[in-house]
Amino acid sequence: MTVLPVNQPGHSEHPEAWKWYDYFTFNVDHKVIGIQYLVMAFVFYLVGGAMAVAIRTELRTADPDFVDPAVYNALLTNHGTIMIFLWVIPAAIGGFGNYFLPLMVGARDMAFPKLNALAFWLNPMAIVLLLISFVWGGAQAGWTSYPPLSEITAPMAQSFWILALIAVGSSSIMGALNFMVTLYKLKVPSMKWSQVPLFCWAIISASIIALVATPPLTIGLLMLFFDINFGTSFFKPEAGGNVILYQHLFWFYSHPAVYLMVLPVFGIISEVIPIHARKPIFGYKAIAYSSLAICLVGLFVWVHHMFTSGTPAWMRMFFTISTLIVAVPTGVKIFSWVATLWNGKIRYTSAMLFAIGLVSMFVFGGITGVTLAAVPFDLHVHDSYYIVGHFHYVLFGGSVFGIYSGIYHWFPKMTGKMLDERLGKIHFVMTFFGTHLTFLPMHNLGLSGMPRRIAMYDPQFTNLNQLCTMGAYLLAISIIPFYYNVINSWIRGEKAGDNPWRALSLEWTTASPPIIENWESLPVVTYGPYEYGHNILDQIEAEAAAQEAEAKMAE
Amino acid sequence: METPIATDTLPVEATAEEHPDFRTFGLFTFLLSESLMFGALFAVYLSYRGGAAEWPPAETEVELLLPALNTVLLVSSSFVINLGNKAVKNNDIPGLRKWFGITALMGTIFLGGQVYEYMNLGYGLSTNVFSNCFYMMTGFHGLHVLLGVCLILGVVWRSQRDGHYSSHKHTGVEMAEIYWHFVDIIWIILFALIYILTLF
Repeated sequence: MTVLPVNQPGHSEHPEAWKWYDYFTFNVDHKVIGIQYLVMAFVFYLVGGAMAVAIRTELRTADPDFVDPAVYNALLTNHGTIMIFLWVIPAAIGGFGNYFLPLMVGARDMAFPKLNALAFWLNPMAIVLLLISFVWGGAQAGWTSYPPLSEITAPMAQSFWILALIAVGSSSIMGALNFMVTLYKLKVPSMKWSQVPLFCWAIISASIIALVATPPLTIGLLMLFFDINFGTSFFKPEAGGNVILYQHLFWFYSHPAVYLMVLPVFGIISEVIPIHARKPIFGYKAIAYSSLAICLVGLFVWVHHMFTSGTPAWMRMFFTISTLIVAVPTGVKIFSWVATLWNGKIRYTSAMLFAIGLVSMFVFGGITGVTLAAVPFDLHVHDSYYIVGHFHYVLFGGSVFGIYSGIYHWFPKMTGKMLDERLGKIHFVMTFFGTHLTFLPMHNLGLSGMPRRIAMYDPQFTNLNQLCTMGAYLLAISIIPFYYNVINSWIRGEKAGDNPWRALSLEWTTASPPIIENWESLPVVTYGPYEYGHNILDQIEAEAAAQEAEAKMAE
Repeated sequence: METPIATDTLPVEATAEEHPDFRTFGLFTFLLSESLMFGALFAVYLSYRGGAAEWPPAETEVELLLPALNTVLLVSSSFVINLGNKAVKNNDIPGLRKWFGITALMGTIFLGGQVYEYMNLGYGLSTNVFSNCFYMMTGFHGLHVLLGVCLILGVVWRSQRDGHYSSHKHTGVEMAEIYWHFVDIIWIILFALIYILTLF
């Protein structure tokens, strides 16, 4: 297929990246920004992962013998911060969202391309701020940074940590705003709302969360910053301040941030499962609405992180119930995916394997989440390794599996090359067993009383901790085939063609990788993205066969 | 034969240019997140007020007269900026410049009044929790006024260029006006909360 660059009035400032160094410039093309986000996130995945390996190495024995306790605290804090703010959120929303939301709704770019580029470049700024914080030993108060601890330990490093988080938060608000305007205003007119791919619904729900929940966090962090540096006493009880207030402001963002991390990933596998099972998605509307429902209910559950902070009984009641209710739309999604798989013509590609892995892991993490919503149980396991096990099942088994699935699924579109399926399967098997080996024993540890965030523990927990450490090493090794696969395939992979999975959503109608401005002329949508088996597929296949025959004739 | 996804017939400009309101929509989305930021500040303030025995504490009494004058000034500037928007709709660019200039001036006087108030209050940011909240909230709002003045001056500066704004093309003018109204509304809530409610 010949690719003609399209020059349109008003779009002259859309340089596509052709060389590697173009990715290090202020580029306004949404595809370039998407790849910038993804590559940055995958680099920081290594950094956060290295920190996790250091933490687990420390915990292989009961004594603190590997790193200094202050360094251990800094590692713990920055592992959490980096994995959440510089890996999962930038990869899932920034990377896939920026690259595919405009492509899926037939837009030529995001609504505000320059704002989009600005939003990306705030992230490297945040990274620099985090690096600077290590001059003073790094933030050490955990990723939640509760005062008064965060106001006492390493205050200078904590200040830089706060600035980094505010930068990332601003970036996320800008991105969210851009997604909403792009979908509502730049969707191609022929696409009905019932034909918008589910990934877009998920991104929009996540955007609403980012828009609503990030500002209060920014205020809370700002107040913490003022407390540390300008002598205010917002969170100093001895001067009339209130520490619980910080927890409210923090969790009002950070609980919904969980959905910020899993909703886009749910969107990704809502694309992967029907395409690789060759079946229309079961319950399109149910999945779309459940994303919005999760976003809505998710904003009213934050106090379940504070059951042990002296929360009054009526509040515990309300937040227990609302937390339990979040499980309902999530269950709707899970059942819809399972129903889609039912009797499907499943192709066990790496993308599909990771999607199925995600479903199983998320069910497990979700069930332990439901147990935690019950106050008496929560009081028992609060701040124990049970919590660590629970959220790693959700975030590693959920978000990270989803991002892998998205990479295997969309890599052909982004680069025009296929990934090696054999390496992908090796990667999947290692990751799957590594995840269980690392995080399953943690539940046991927590139930028998091992607290989290510690470098030294009772020797009775040694055996299970060593299992976790072995799992962490397995996970660390598992990324080798993946990174090798991506780099190798990008350079000398097999050519992918425009639509290697025979998918029906709009992003597959353009070239791989897409041309500048995505299409030479905008597509007209005549059917939904998941209408497999409605004779359309046969049509496409017949057409492809005819084209092949023609090409052979021409030879 | 019917092709499933035909790639023709739609004009290429079926993007941003066809939807002039997409910028305003973006602005409203932005203002939603801004108002939540102020909402969090208000919630913080109310939670401290609810838990305090004496509010505001004796050493941090607020002055009422100057802020009241400032309020009148800011509210009336909202009407002035609207005149500028009406002017541009009638293709009256000098009128736009005049009314927007006056609005910017009023905003600047408001900021001057705030600085004067800060200098004469006799207590600082770190005196007690009330003064923490007081300076943080009014200061944060003051920053938004400053940003608004810059936006308005930006519109005035751009209007010098031939044909940058006309009766058909005035999204920028409208957006500056919406933002200014927003800043105004926030101030009214803030004034009621910090100044008026301390009387009771």
